[in-house]
Amino acid sequence: MPISEDVLKSSELAVIRLRALYSRYGYTRFEMNNFEEYELYARNKSFLVSDDVITFTGYGGKLMALRPDVTLSIVKNSSDDRHRKLYYNENVYRATADRDFRERMQMGVECVGDVGAYEVGETLYLAGASLAEVGENYCLDVSHLGFLSGLIDAAGFTGDAREVVLRLIGEKNAPELRRVCAERGVSADLTARLASLAKLYGEFDETVGELELISVNAETDAAIAELRAAHAVVKTLGGAGFRLDFSAMNDLRYYNGIIFRGYVEGVHTAVLSGGQYDNLMRSFGKRSGAIGFAVFLDLLGELHTQRRAVSDVLLIFGDSDGDEVARAVRELTDAGYSVRAQREIRGDESTAKVAHIKNGRVKFDD
Amino acid sequence: MIDIALPKGRLGEQVYDMLERCGYGCPAIHAESRKLIFEGERARYFWVKPSDVAIYVERGAADVGIVGKDILLEYSPDVYELLDLGVGKCRMAVAGKRDFSDDFDRPLRVATKFTHIAREHYDHRNREIDIIKLNGSIELAPILGLSDVIVDLVETGKTLAENGLEVLETILHFSARLIANKVSYKFKHDETEQLAAAVSGLLARG
Repeated sequence: MPISEDVLKSSELAVIRLRALYSRYGYTRFEMNNFEEYELYARNKSFLVSDDVITFTGYGGKLMALRPDVTLSIVKNSSDDRHRKLYYNENVYRATADRDFRERMQMGVECVGDVGAYEVGETLYLAGASLAEVGENYCLDVSHLGFLSGLIDAAGFTGDAREVVLRLIGEKNAPELRRVCAERGVSADLTARLASLAKLYGEFDETVGELELISVNAETDAAIAELRAAHAVVKTLGGAGFRLDFSAMNDLRYYNGIIFRGYVEGVHTAVLSGGQYDNLMRSFGKRSGAIGFAVFLDLLGELHTQRRAVSDVLLIFGDSDGDEVARAVRELTDAGYSVRAQREIRGDESTAKVAHIKNGRVKFDD
Repeated sequence: MIDIALPKGRLGEQVYDMLERCGYGCPAIHAESRKLIFEGERARYFWVKPSDVAIYVERGAADVGIVGKDILLEYSPDVYELLDLGVGKCRMAVAGKRDFSDDFDRPLRVATKFTHIAREHYDHRNREIDIIKLNGSIELAPILGLSDVIVDLVETGKTLAENGLEVLETILHFSARLIANKVSYKFKHDETEQLAAAVSGLLARG
């Protein structure tokens, strides 16, 4: 039986399309257990960004967790002598700040092993293509942590002040950034560069020139070269490219190099998030590089808020007997309609057409 | 068309006047009515409770909004903070009875609406506190002995003085900010930047 896309929820449809996309580039499915030992997350708590892990006591008194994240499980299972390209489609579980338990459907891609210009570009291409599959109007915003830390180091920020500057760039808060720089005696030139970086936003080709003007040292120059190389790969693979935006922020203890966020018009927050996380690999004692992203499929529910019709036809059968109703339903399904049969109209159905059974035959209402 | 969430009250009206002078006027807004949404040529306005502005913007119901920095610090919404509007100035302060002196023998009882800001402030100095969350008439707390001090917004200090209280220390100075939803900022980038630039120009001219 051919399957119509109409019967699928937007997130289900996305899963099928994304699986096809990732398979096309040789990524294989990674399936995992819902439960992990809590210790894995306790050791890397700040990697999980927000919310709490849901825990329970396992056999033998061991503290277990409902998996709050997939990347850590993949990193744990990776080995330095294997190059792996994986995708997953899993639910993750979090306890939120307002004491709510939440199950979130997540799909993602991880490339672990040698990560060079091609791998970074391919991942960005797949991120852009994933967004194109789930939303009509989308954008992929890319930042480079090497550039950020190069510039912030040049301005002499360390410790708490460094955190403050990163937060202000994340807020695109140029006025406050200028104020902090003035307080700390940062030169007018470096202040202007930091403020420009906070405000920088636009298509790669149109903004990379400005980024070159902001660049201050070998580290920031190298970051631009990496961004250029990645952009070239995305274009050659047939992608639409990406935009530069340094407000995308990830924890520098785990991430390094290129990081990115994906947005779809109609969803209030990022539906895709990813980056290069060699530092996380190091914290697990692994030498390999790694890059990946996750798509938050549960957020796609915001896209289609209109109520969908329950079926093509609502068949009201009144006092007709079972066999008579079955024949009418058969007639309609054979004609290609989806049918909901019920004795009477209740008023809460939304269907395209309403039909009745008259003298054993289906009759559509006008 | 850009959707703007304004805080009900004097600050919202003051900022609306600024926006009107920048060419984002909406004559209907001046008509006495109970309507909540007003549509002009370039902008659609809605009035919301000041502490809710950040929520409307964070969740994308409004593209941009006007909100006090106190609310941003208290709730840390995930939004862009584009401009300091220099209006709605006030300070967050610790206040108490005139004869107050801190007794380090026990936790300090602090009554406030801004629990996060209060906690941060005392965490920094490692002072143990007992937070009493109130939603209004905070000044009553020390008078009735409910708390030792309060952490609250102070504009002129008149209310405090009339109730026999005084500012003991200032935590931070605040003003109103222009914030933007992160996703709207991407998809309505030019519109948002034009608005920010127009307001910024107006501020620069004084």
